[in-house]
Amino acid sequence: MLRLINPRQELLRYRRRMEIAGAIAAVMFVGLFSRFIWLQVVHFEHYHALAENNRISLVPAPPSRGVIYDRNNTVLAQNFSASTLEITPSKAGKLDATIDRLSEVITITPGDRKRFKKMLAESKNFESIPIRNLLSEEDAARFSVNRYRFPGVSIKARQFRQYPQGAAFSHVVGYIGRIGDKDEARLEERGVTANYKGTDHIGKLGLEARYESWLHGRTGIEKVETDSGGRAVRVLSRTPAVPGYNLHLHLDAKLQEIAEKVFGDYRGSLVALDPRNGGVLALISKPGFDPNLFVDGIDVATWRELNDSLDRPLINRALRGVYPPGSTIKPFMGLAGLELGIRKPNDVISDPGYFTLPGSSHRYRDWKKDGHGMVDLKRSIVISCDTYYYGLAQQMGIERMAGFLSHFGFGKKSEIDLDGELSGLMPTPAWKKKRFKQPWWPGETVVAGIGQGYVLATPMQLAVATMTLANNGVVYKPQLLRAWRDPATNKMYYAAPQIIERIKFDPKHLRAVKEAMVDVTRPGGTASIAGANTPYLFAGKTGTAQVVGIKQGARYIESQVQARHRDHALFISFAPADDPKIVIAVMVENGGHGGSIAAPIARKVTDYWLLGKLPKVYEPVLPETAIETESENEGETSEDTAVMPITGA
Amino acid sequence: MRHIVRYLDGPMIGFLMLLLMASVSVVFSASGENSDRVFSHLSNMGVALTAMLLVSHIPPQRLMQFALPIYIVGILLLLGVALFGVLVNGSRRWLELGFTRIQPSELMRLAVPMMLAWYFHYKQETLRGRDYVFAALMLVIPVAFIARQPDLGTSLLISASGFYVLFLAGLSWKVIAGAAIAAGSALPLAWHYLLHDYQRQRVLTLIDPSADPLGAGYHIIQATIAVGSGGVAGKGWMMGTQTHLDFLPERSTDFIFAVFSEEFGLIGNLFLLLLYAAIIWRGMHLAIGAPSLFGRLLSGAIILTFFTYAFVNMGMVSGILPVVGVPLPLVSYGGTSMLTVMVGFGILMSAAMHKKLVKT
Repeated sequence: MLRLINPRQELLRYRRRMEIAGAIAAVMFVGLFSRFIWLQVVHFEHYHALAENNRISLVPAPPSRGVIYDRNNTVLAQNFSASTLEITPSKAGKLDATIDRLSEVITITPGDRKRFKKMLAESKNFESIPIRNLLSEEDAARFSVNRYRFPGVSIKARQFRQYPQGAAFSHVVGYIGRIGDKDEARLEERGVTANYKGTDHIGKLGLEARYESWLHGRTGIEKVETDSGGRAVRVLSRTPAVPGYNLHLHLDAKLQEIAEKVFGDYRGSLVALDPRNGGVLALISKPGFDPNLFVDGIDVATWRELNDSLDRPLINRALRGVYPPGSTIKPFMGLAGLELGIRKPNDVISDPGYFTLPGSSHRYRDWKKDGHGMVDLKRSIVISCDTYYYGLAQQMGIERMAGFLSHFGFGKKSEIDLDGELSGLMPTPAWKKKRFKQPWWPGETVVAGIGQGYVLATPMQLAVATMTLANNGVVYKPQLLRAWRDPATNKMYYAAPQIIERIKFDPKHLRAVKEAMVDVTRPGGTASIAGANTPYLFAGKTGTAQVVGIKQGARYIESQVQARHRDHALFISFAPADDPKIVIAVMVENGGHGGSIAAPIARKVTDYWLLGKLPKVYEPVLPETAIETESENEGETSEDTAVMPITGA
Repeated sequence: MRHIVRYLDGPMIGFLMLLLMASVSVVFSASGENSDRVFSHLSNMGVALTAMLLVSHIPPQRLMQFALPIYIVGILLLLGVALFGVLVNGSRRWLELGFTRIQPSELMRLAVPMMLAWYFHYKQETLRGRDYVFAALMLVIPVAFIARQPDLGTSLLISASGFYVLFLAGLSWKVIAGAAIAAGSALPLAWHYLLHDYQRQRVLTLIDPSADPLGAGYHIIQATIAVGSGGVAGKGWMMGTQTHLDFLPERSTDFIFAVFSEEFGLIGNLFLLLLYAAIIWRGMHLAIGAPSLFGRLLSGAIILTFFTYAFVNMGMVSGILPVVGVPLPLVSYGGTSMLTVMVGFGILMSAAMHKKLVKT
């Protein structure tokens, strides 16, 4: 079919079709314009909000953590800023390859890698995770030059926590560590999760943990304009962070350091209190550990070494080490005898070297085989006579004993401002029935009288009991915190001493016990060598606690086990006895005898505190067997003597 | 001087210049005040305008002679691409010539309508129904090649330009309706057998961009946010947050309209639409006035294709059409597109203006 159309018709048709096309195009443009109105007018608010949301992000500004000072403003925990090299896993692609290439630019140790892996496993994917801490300027410069090769890797300024005093303060100050799942749950419980945005560390132990909410401060918020890559372009507004409180302790760093040093190589604990307010002047638990290891995640090997060590460096012995108080309980027992009217100061007993319960032939032996002869209260303390206290305990009965001694804090937590304290044990028949479903045997009362058997106390409890005696019955709550400063206002607030109880004692009874304790450090006393030539009145009491058993692992070396079967050496003291300024409780694990091992430690610490005298030999105090002339030996008691290894987590 | 510009249409040049000026300002903003980018854009414009000027001097009769050879060369090049093409991002669009790479589908944007216009011109005395079938074949062959590369956007736009020639050449309404129905019913089949996964994804993304907010949906979501947040008056030149904070992808090329919309708002959009409308209106006016059938068909197809590009791009950016790689004509940064469009306008004006000289 051939269509013949003349040019005129053709032109008309073309024109009509073009007009139709134009009309359609116009309609489509109108449609497009309607769409613009829809987006830009009708839904403007919605898209405006989305764009603002894109543009503005709220960036938390973590506060700087409070500094911890001792009483003389020596820094115990502080912050410093340093650069870290961090990887944002979601933006970095293959991590291992990235780290490999990074290690060509700056040093990355296998330890760094391990820590990174560990943190990676614990973190959410969008967080940046440090691969190298404490970058030197040179490292930072070298990375900056190569930055383009490493997407998702950046240098960040972070605050680090540092413990300049190291291991000697590890159990007091504690440490901070990365916030874990448990911490997260606790923060949620406290309802403060928002305040921890941008913070990745939290107090884990010691004062860092106890005063977490004071030290942390308040997180600020920066309203920041960010680009699509999340990089901040400019700050729109900011609510500054409020730094945490600085803590000022009763603790004296120098005293602490000296106390730690005079311990030498021994394990053990020392607590020094100010009897005028309960302030903790020194708190030692040896061995300690370097708290700096924990700040950015300790590596598994080091942690295992610390945790598995036979020396148990992670346990705060001052609060969690429970030991039989041994003879250090005698001054309190003696006072109990007087106050309860069972004995008078001048009542004399005859010590044949043993004690027997009526109707029994079992001999509870004195540490001196042949006995001490005629013994009154004073002498019972000065020479640490066991027989005197066997009889006294039997007369007193366990219930009255427990009732009286609990006023001194035996069997109760001291309420010191540190977490994890154990309450020791002041046994009663009710306790035994509940614990072992067995009746109380009279023999158990007898051994309790010399601080053995079920009786257990922490060094802190011994210190509090001694302080109560020194204070004539005023029981202060031991406190590390002396004051705190709010850096925002620069105002200093002082922590008031807290009296738990005022016990009424007959002053004559108190004087008798105290005089006896002073004589302990004088010639003829069990601590006469340690107490020789003090220009102040030095009141003390020695103690030696038996270690019958210890958990034995197959891998233990025989000689070590032997060493760990040695008795614990104990000593409690206060000085000057007429106006006490320092109270000390020392426990030397497997130290042997209280008089020769523990007492010299207390003496040196007291000398420094009262006289400013530095210990002559700034080196380990060695067991000096040669001077054991007056040493005690609270030998064979009954087989009831319990097995008391240190308990603790 | 008058001699040089005598084949140019004054109002058309005026509208085009206005559009190019808008383009420079948006490219400046979209590139983040990158003056290198702007200079390169200006030099692209210079080249394109020069090409337009030169092409306007070629009389339609001469141009007609090139239609068949260019078309044949184009088909051969597409064959070459299919056989030896370079695979880039999963599609085979480029031909490596040793010293340079060329994309033959670009050539076909003008070669196909030119060929069809020439064919109808050639057959105008003896036009039969089967000529439309031949013409359709001439259209389908290159379109099929390009669709298999795959480059769905270009193949659809070339189909459109070919269809415009057929439509203007008087393709019967019955056939148009029939083809529309056939195409409509073939759509499900095409969906399953012809479209590639990524193409299907793009269409699905259009329906629900939030299904994949960081992947394929990201472009659409961010572009829509940019347009919507522009509001009535816009955020102001150089003040678009979506643009300047790097949220908009492809912001100086395919998504440049989002930049414009964000910074100049509804008022700016109206201005831009009116400017495009003016160009299209003027182009249609010129096409209708072309003396030869070849000139009318070709220039009509060129101006309708120009409309199609503009509409598809703005539709895509404002989220009513799927994402196809179509630049906003004469506004997006990019030399090839600029050149192709300007050469088209050169042909359009040549076809329309040469008659005056014939008359005088």
